[in-house]
Amino acid sequence: MSVVEIKGVTKTFAQGNVTALESIELELQPGEFVSLIGPSGCGKSTLLRVIGDLTPPTHGTVTVNGKPAHRARKDGDYGIVFQDSVLFDWRTVAKNIALPLEMLGWDRERRKTRVDEMLDLVELRSFADHHPWQLSGGMQQRVSIARALSFEPALLLMDEPFGALDEMTRERLNLELLSIWEKLGSTVVFVTHSISEAVFLSTRVVVMSPRPGRIAGVVEIDLPTPRTAETRYTPRFFELVTKVRELLRSRGEHLLPEEEELLEADR
Amino acid sequence: MKRIVEWLPALAVFFLVVGLWEGLVRALHVQQFLLPKPSTIVSVFWTQRHTLWPAGWYTFKEALGGFAIGSGLGILAATVVSRFRTLGTALMPIFIAANAVPIIAFAPIFGAWFNPISPRSKMAVAGVLCFLPVMVNSLRGLNSAKPRQIELMRSYAASELEIWRRVRVPTALPFVFTALKVASVLAMIGAIVGEYFGGALNALGVLINSSAQVFQFPLAWAGILVASLLGIALYGAVAGTERLVIRWAPDTRDA
Repeated sequence: MSVVEIKGVTKTFAQGNVTALESIELELQPGEFVSLIGPSGCGKSTLLRVIGDLTPPTHGTVTVNGKPAHRARKDGDYGIVFQDSVLFDWRTVAKNIALPLEMLGWDRERRKTRVDEMLDLVELRSFADHHPWQLSGGMQQRVSIARALSFEPALLLMDEPFGALDEMTRERLNLELLSIWEKLGSTVVFVTHSISEAVFLSTRVVVMSPRPGRIAGVVEIDLPTPRTAETRYTPRFFELVTKVRELLRSRGEHLLPEEEELLEADR
Repeated sequence: MKRIVEWLPALAVFFLVVGLWEGLVRALHVQQFLLPKPSTIVSVFWTQRHTLWPAGWYTFKEALGGFAIGSGLGILAATVVSRFRTLGTALMPIFIAANAVPIIAFAPIFGAWFNPISPRSKMAVAGVLCFLPVMVNSLRGLNSAKPRQIELMRSYAASELEIWRRVRVPTALPFVFTALKVASVLAMIGAIVGEYFGGALNALGVLINSSAQVFQFPLAWAGILVASLLGIALYGAVAGTERLVIRWAPDTRDA
């Protein structure tokens, strides 16, 4: 059974009469790591939000684990990580990670065990009692990831989680995320506008084009696993990056100048 | 230890100003009704302590009552308004306009509504003064949770009540305490100014007012000193509570 099944999803915003998504068809198998990539305005974040039932589609259906997305949300089937870590200042690192567990009604002991596991996973054990503002941006995002994974959701939704981080931190967190994903075997939907990040992380890259938001093409990423820092230097990596870039280019006439720049910067 | 060192510059300035005041009043032979010496004020503060402190306590209770009622209603109103958006849209412009009204001008009216001698009329002035800033700030606080935080809670299938309890209230707390600190000062002002328009004989505002009228300026100044100390005490109590409640924030730690 597929984890996510998107059928004929269209999303229009009444304000400004914008078609953010048009006729999206997509299916995710268990354990897949799928990136959504495209220039701003291509609806990639909207698609993620539709999958997560944070915004309803105008037409079409989203099925998660065989249930309507709404039901899946109520059942706590997915964890979500936003671009900013969305940590709660009044909670310590450990308590931030424990939040979804509290909501699920786990008892104290069980929560503590799991939080400790998650802290080890993201290597923040010694920061358990710190408050978010005492952490660097990269560490905050690791807490956010630990929180999203703490209740072992079937589906992990990540909306440009490393977009606000510097290149070095970003590449390190890419590696960390991959090793976590390999350990836990969760299904991931990952929104990014970095081509190399998408290729490096994913099993599949979904390229989207703007106005209206459509799927321009899908690139299977057949890089060997486990991926390491060296993977980025292999010829196959470059071929795949080029392939994704060409797909983005083929819709180039739709790009605004600043979006062109964005693609260039990624080179 | 570090804390004491941090306080030193402020203490030095304080004693310097008081010393300068004392010295200048002596050197220039300033008349007592214009400005008494600090030493005179302190000595009257001591000799009249059996009059001053009960008067201060009486007024403090009025301020405290007004503070509790006004702030309590302010927080309550903010909670209701934040819950019902349309109510907020209807009421907010009125509240903001009311916030600009010099409430203290109503003091004689409150005297007429309640018994002017009773502490209730002063509590009313203090309460009304406290209500608006607390209400407006608490409402802002309750509405300033980030949309992403709310969405995150929704993704955990949180109910509105849970979002309120776990996100909106903690987010609002720093706003509420900022308002409560302002309100604590306003409450003392409200109680004392309320008493300037008449009140019980053993009230601080009445004592300050009547001493000034009969040229007992050192006593009036001693009364002002009592009022200041009580005002600082109330403010300090609120700030202390804030520190106990909000342990997480980086900026309240040194403030």
